[in-house]
Amino acid sequence: MTSVKLKLKENDVKKIQEICKSFNNEPGELINVLHKTQEYFGYLPAEVQEEVAEGLGISVAKVYGVVTFYSFFTMLPKGRYPISVCTGTACYVRGAEKVLDEFKRILKVAVGETTPDGKYSITCLRCVGACGLAPVVMVGDKTYGRVTTDGVKDILKEYENE
Amino acid sequence: MAKFKTHMLVCGGTGCRASASDVLYENLKKEVKEKGLENDVQVVTTGCFGFCEQGPIVKMIPDNTFYVGVQPKDAADIVAEHALKGRKVDRLLYKDPVKKEHVPDSKHMGFYKKQIRIALRNCGLIDPENVNEYLAADGYEALGKVLLEMTPEEAIQIVIDSGLRGRGGGGFPTGVKWKIAQGVKGAQKYVVCNADEGDPGAFMDRSILEGDPHTVLEAMAINGYCIGATKGLIYIRAEYPLAIHRLKVAIAQAREYGLLGEDILGSGYNFDIELRYGAGAFVCGEETALIHSMEGHRGEPTFKPPFPAESGYLGMPTNVNNVETYANIPVIFNKGAKWFASIGTEKSKGTKVFALAGKINNVGLIEVPMGITLREVIFEIGGGIKGGKKFKAVQTGGPSGGCLTEKHLDTPIDYDNLIASGSMMGSGGMIVMDEDDCMVSVAKFYLDFTVEESCGKCSPCRIGNKRLYEILEKITKGHGAMDDLDKLRNLSNVIKDTSLCGLGQTSPNPVLSTLDNFYDEYLAHITEGKCFASQCKDLIKYEIIPENCVGCTACARNCPVNCISGERKQIHLIDQSLCIKCGACMEKCKFNAVTII
Amino acid sequence: MELIKLTIDNRAVEVEKGTTVFHAAKKLGIEIPTLCYMNLADLNIEHKPGGCRVCVVEVEGRRNLAPSCATECNEGMVVKTNSMRVLNSRRTVLELILSDHPFDCLICAKSGYCDLQNMAIKMGVRSIPYQGEKSTYKPDFSPAIIREMDKCIMCRRCETMCNDFQTVGVLSGINRGFEAVVAPAFERDLDHSECTYCGQCVAVCPTGALTEVDHTPQVIRALADPTKTVVVQTAPAVRAALGEEFGLEPGTLVTGKLAAALRRLGFDYVFDTDFAADLTIMEEGSELLDRLGRFLGGDKSVKLPMLTSCCPGWVNFFEYNFPDMLDVPSTARSPQQMFGSIAKSYFADKIAVDRKEMVVVSIMPCVAKKFEASREEFKVDGNPDVDFSISTRELAALIKGANIDFNTLPDEDFDKPLGESTGAGVIFGVTGGVIEAAVRTAYELHTKKTLEKVDFKQLRGLEGIRSASVDFDGVEIKIGIAHGLGNARKLLEDIKAGKSEFHAIEIMACPSGCIGGGGQPLHHGDSSILKARSKAIYTEDELKVLRKSHENPYIIKLYDEFLGKPMSEKAHHLLHTHYFARKLKHIDID
Repeated sequence: MTSVKLKLKENDVKKIQEICKSFNNEPGELINVLHKTQEYFGYLPAEVQEEVAEGLGISVAKVYGVVTFYSFFTMLPKGRYPISVCTGTACYVRGAEKVLDEFKRILKVAVGETTPDGKYSITCLRCVGACGLAPVVMVGDKTYGRVTTDGVKDILKEYENE
Repeated sequence: MAKFKTHMLVCGGTGCRASASDVLYENLKKEVKEKGLENDVQVVTTGCFGFCEQGPIVKMIPDNTFYVGVQPKDAADIVAEHALKGRKVDRLLYKDPVKKEHVPDSKHMGFYKKQIRIALRNCGLIDPENVNEYLAADGYEALGKVLLEMTPEEAIQIVIDSGLRGRGGGGFPTGVKWKIAQGVKGAQKYVVCNADEGDPGAFMDRSILEGDPHTVLEAMAINGYCIGATKGLIYIRAEYPLAIHRLKVAIAQAREYGLLGEDILGSGYNFDIELRYGAGAFVCGEETALIHSMEGHRGEPTFKPPFPAESGYLGMPTNVNNVETYANIPVIFNKGAKWFASIGTEKSKGTKVFALAGKINNVGLIEVPMGITLREVIFEIGGGIKGGKKFKAVQTGGPSGGCLTEKHLDTPIDYDNLIASGSMMGSGGMIVMDEDDCMVSVAKFYLDFTVEESCGKCSPCRIGNKRLYEILEKITKGHGAMDDLDKLRNLSNVIKDTSLCGLGQTSPNPVLSTLDNFYDEYLAHITEGKCFASQCKDLIKYEIIPENCVGCTACARNCPVNCISGERKQIHLIDQSLCIKCGACMEKCKFNAVTII
Repeated sequence: MELIKLTIDNRAVEVEKGTTVFHAAKKLGIEIPTLCYMNLADLNIEHKPGGCRVCVVEVEGRRNLAPSCATECNEGMVVKTNSMRVLNSRRTVLELILSDHPFDCLICAKSGYCDLQNMAIKMGVRSIPYQGEKSTYKPDFSPAIIREMDKCIMCRRCETMCNDFQTVGVLSGINRGFEAVVAPAFERDLDHSECTYCGQCVAVCPTGALTEVDHTPQVIRALADPTKTVVVQTAPAVRAALGEEFGLEPGTLVTGKLAAALRRLGFDYVFDTDFAADLTIMEEGSELLDRLGRFLGGDKSVKLPMLTSCCPGWVNFFEYNFPDMLDVPSTARSPQQMFGSIAKSYFADKIAVDRKEMVVVSIMPCVAKKFEASREEFKVDGNPDVDFSISTRELAALIKGANIDFNTLPDEDFDKPLGESTGAGVIFGVTGGVIEAAVRTAYELHTKKTLEKVDFKQLRGLEGIRSASVDFDGVEIKIGIAHGLGNARKLLEDIKAGKSEFHAIEIMACPSGCIGGGGQPLHHGDSSILKARSKAIYTEDELKVLRKSHENPYIIKLYDEFLGKPMSEKAHHLLHTHYFARKLKHIDID
């Protein structure tokens, strides 16, 4: 997994310790702890995983093994405007792949990557449950339905000046 | 709900919310208040109505008027016309695609006519965040009956008699599962609700949790009592924020009302529920993987036996059922096992919820009795194929299922028939495909999913699915050879036969069923280099028909890679070496001058 | 005990309830092939992830094939291990595994010893029909272990050894699907992890994914260099296992042939690490007596129990995991390092060779010894006390490469003076041996009486954690023994919590001690081999005239001529060491 480094500040370490403590430093709560930690930092760089390992008394390798198993966890910070293209079957048969290709083409990044300016990142997600609107794209919390390849430009235009 | 004259039910499901139904709800409330109707009209956010295709939905009770595609700005009209004057807002009514007429209420809509709603009975009807509404709909009556009047054995017998089978995909008889779990001794037993819906194109569990969370809590408590468990866990996808929120609200309310916690309803029975979050791994739908994930490990499945009933969460006896299975439980106790068993086919009782999607007019969530035919579902409930195209296939069971065709349309849907046809029930995704879908590409799509979601523990699934995908890709690129078809078949059979868990044991189904039903498409790709559906980019070419081209430049202007040359009013030309085959030129051409060869 | 009757390949068999199909078949002489299953029964290590799917069999009435390693026998079960369906599936699965494996078998370190290669030979695989993308990873060269994960088949045995048995926790399955592999955190190199180099991952790896660093080229170069005096030492466990590499029965003692082979390879002096083991006892035993004496005299500052320190994997382990307890283990260096230190001082002086012109090679059952030899504190002006440490397996390769017909070699003796040893030095190679050797000497030094019965059977065995007490003439000395770092951790946690009652604890990182070391001939999961090696070690001890370290005349001479007495200043300088806290943090790494 490609990753980005983060120098932890003292209160960051404290925050991780607090999160671990809120789950009784129980090794079985690893996934819950990672959820909370990612919520706080936005991603899970190596330094954070080491603190989590220490907090729960488990090996760093085990934490890394779990982080790399679940697609929800990431070691890369997402863009300020994270773009998620639904690639569930309903969206697939209604052209999600073309929409995804168009985002990749315009932003010149691959799935799972962030643009160099940190503005956009592209990920795929599996069925948001809005199949009636297929194909569906989410930018942050905002959902766009029935997106066409042409529509991609329009979506990005909304964020152009931000 | 008695004191109000009119109830306005606004769909708060994910699909409708994505189309601003939350703003619509606020607007409706504002309008009601402005018109001074607060005592007559109640605006309620409900769960999913199922008719996602034309959301956002607003339904009026008691007259069942069914408004579709309602925008926030329409709130004023609905309140002013319908609520105040009692006149339906015609332009918002559902329009029958065949008769081209407005349909006055939901009872007359083809979409709802053949549905029987058991698991979804409260979705779209009650406010999921208000326990009182659930109670008013006979909620927690079953729990009371079980706790106060039945022994665990008696209660389990009712579930066995109902014939209910697991709705998560496997179809194992639920009552039998409970009985096994009851028979195992353990210091602490667990009841687990599998809400890690990961099937790409299925959202029934999400809709139930968002629309009727209490039914799951009630069923889990009944399950706990039956097997002797005092702790329940719901393993839910972290990507379902609304469902998580509603579950949290529901659990808090249930605790407050003494429906969860210590000494439930004075029965002396204790039971409580906690949430555990999935983190995006399809394989965690498999129960042993799910349990490992809840324990904080990589979600890798382990060999069964031991089954979770013997050694599950933290090594304790554990019973795992999925959301939809649980949603049936309270009704079975309220209406009786006999009633439930009277619905469906001989070996598959009750109903099944399907997420109907793809190239179909009425995309949405439906609940139909077992034994209904695919034809009824697709052409009556689903309203037929979108854009008048020709039906080609329907895929059931998600990545574990297969593609069924014309010849299967009149097969009654149940667990055993679907398996016999080379597919499976799965969790309930039902994707309809038309003539524009390439079946080799569809198989490749599912394999892509499996390759990404395989946990990697066992060799056939880890490497075999990758090789299946690679062969399919080779074929879609026009490099396939005839022996690739033998390889696909042998590999598929071995992967099914040797994989460790259900994921690998079913992952080749999309390949096998398309090989069986669309062999000629595979052949065309390999021997003629042709893709009937013009989906495989490497097998098609966009060309301009000189006779039709008027030189309007629309295609050239819209080409993202500038590979179309030609002056205004001159015939244009596509540079094949640069073309990325996006199809924009064809879409933009008003003169049918672009063709695929 | 409930018995179960079943049929395998049309033959009836009766087994105990709970037996797997794999073992039931074995009872009938049917060897079902497997790549991931591993069972070191006496050591409580059973690894059956059911991942490789090579051992699948057909069970009548079952929809799909069953992994025989994980499927328990049922009454009346009808099993087929060689039906067409099974054979086709097994071959296809093997072909799939091979399709994601490099084809550089000819130059692979595991060639000839590889379970995957053997299986391909056995099944007569001639082509790989399923070609496609192969997994590629950057090779990882640490001071002791090489990881070439292109060759990993995801059997996960290494993970079990590293986590469940050793509790080192450096390796974990990472990623998923086709990208899944076993790796240290963040896919760092091993030398940026808390790896102890115990080598148990190497010992159980069925392919060439995990191997030891090969130092034989350097050894050959040194042997060919006329300006160098090349001295070799060989550890006790080597003589009990080397024969296996030449087709001899496990447990065959080859001490004499070993000495002869080393001489034929051209080593100038053929010595024995057992000599240094005797020396270790003098120092470590004295340290124990010193600590005990002070403790019994009421000195509260003294650290007890004292832990042995001759196992380099164990030293690495406590430096990483118990950095606040560095004063607990004995400060005595390991026999390998004591040997190097004495060879390059006392012996170099004796033969008038500058230490820079002397090359000390050690033959070890171990891969952690490679790392130990490279430690800075064991160098003088950059010149290491031990120049190269090679494993039993590497030695076998050297012998084979030099056209030496090992089995027809005559028995020869080690050279003097650093080749003479007692039975106490020999038993260092097996769990419980170091402490037994220490007791033999400490008893006599403490009680000033002659020990009549030198065998302390209560200290022997294969239990992971053992305890025994020895009567030191009225003083009861409580002894703990652990092999495997997971077991060691338990004893360490007890000490940390103040619950330990022991005066002395022996710890060996590897299962059964050095005879089960990471550098030994591969046991392929057969624990009877470890038992046979253990028996050989005790036999060698019994055959020795002298069985107590302090009776070794050359040890006595060494102290007389050079060191003075145990724990003298000179001894401290040459034979003792100190430890470092080495807990890693990401920030320290890059």
